[in-house]
Amino acid sequence: MSSNKESFGKTVGFVFIVCLVCAALVSVSAVQLKPLQTANKLLDKQTKILETAGLLELAGKDIVPTYNKYVEAKMIDLDTGEYVDGDVKMFDERRNARDPQKSEKLENDPAGINRQSNTAVVYLVKDEKGAVETVVFPVVGAGLWDLMYGYVGLKSDLNTVSKVIYSDHKETPGLGAEVMNPKWKALWPGKKIYNDNNEPVIKLVKGGAKKGDDYGVDALSGATLTSDGVTRTLQFWFGVQGYLPFIEKNRGELN
Amino acid sequence: MASEANKVLTKPIFDNNPIALQVLGICSALAVTSSMANALVMTLAVVLVTAFSNLFISMIRNMIPSSVRIIVQMAIIASLVIVVDQVLKAFSYQLSKELSVFVGLIITNCIVMGRAEAFAMKEKPGVSFMDGIGNGLGYGFILMTVAFFRELLGFGTIFGIEILPLVQNGGWYQANGLLVLPFSSFFIIGLIIWAIRQWKPEQVEKD
Repeated sequence: MSSNKESFGKTVGFVFIVCLVCAALVSVSAVQLKPLQTANKLLDKQTKILETAGLLELAGKDIVPTYNKYVEAKMIDLDTGEYVDGDVKMFDERRNARDPQKSEKLENDPAGINRQSNTAVVYLVKDEKGAVETVVFPVVGAGLWDLMYGYVGLKSDLNTVSKVIYSDHKETPGLGAEVMNPKWKALWPGKKIYNDNNEPVIKLVKGGAKKGDDYGVDALSGATLTSDGVTRTLQFWFGVQGYLPFIEKNRGELN
Repeated sequence: MASEANKVLTKPIFDNNPIALQVLGICSALAVTSSMANALVMTLAVVLVTAFSNLFISMIRNMIPSSVRIIVQMAIIASLVIVVDQVLKAFSYQLSKELSVFVGLIITNCIVMGRAEAFAMKEKPGVSFMDGIGNGLGYGFILMTVAFFRELLGFGTIFGIEILPLVQNGGWYQANGLLVLPFSSFFIIGLIIWAIRQWKPEQVEKD
């Protein structure tokens, strides 16, 4: 019996069948669960955008209807700042960044993202009357361990911060991961990104920002590298390589 | 039969704990124990994978050619892990974002392979299934204990609910930063092993 099942043909046959069964199992689960997973991902993103716009409490459990009612996603060209056509729902900055057709390698790369997509999606959040109240800008940049993904909400003057929300990061728990702490997030509203010369000067200040400093937010204690990463990410994305062309074009005439 | 199934189910929790006695699966015990919720999900994932890999491997144990048995075991375990990961992504997206990497690493968790090789290759499917659940629970017991101390003392919370109000939130408790870091699990696991061996001296290795 045992010499029988050890023969070369039987071994190969057996392995082949096992592989076939395993492959079928994996494929079926992947295909069957795909719609749920995509919906989850989208829901997660919409939740973060609503949180950045300050609409999460209003939305309660009705994330999708609230999102559809108040938020309009628009694709922009980062160089010109013009709106362009594109599939905003499936847009993925990092996937574009891997595609040489849709992205370019950065010469000056303070945020540490290596390549940057040529386009971006911004989210116009409107009030009941349809006037733009907040614009949510996705940002991405290196922290200490890995890229950190977040959203910055600006008021309709496109300078005053409404919220900064990080959605995904791998920073050290208790130190860099304090970007998720509600106390720290509460420091952001009312801060300003640009000084009078239109330079993005917002930064995290080690040891605590001075009272009345519109451009400084307390750095995260014990997490200098994460804090520097956040500063560089924001200054990069709101600079000329980021959203500045779009912001200059639309400041004061968003509606 | 019932008592035997019972025995393989409960024995791995204290008497033959995969982490404390067999000293398997330490690496993931370090990584996922920073919060109780993570540890719980990881426990469920490992219980499912160990139980079903034991079941399937035991079902075909007489057909597996011994020259390729490890590869066959790996193929089955890996498939199960991918399925668990997919299910997690579909039903608990937030947790899967944090745990995805570690769930993938269940494939290399020595407990799963160890039980497949040491138990399921010899025993009947029903008992093997129970053994898988038992070992998963034994692993989970250590995980939950470690996570309890790490989350309570490192963040002042249990399952995210504040127990010890932190200084930075206006309370009195100064969080212990050491316990936030993965290697602190070594200390806690060491203390658990010591406690279990004090209680059950027969587990102490002879010199």
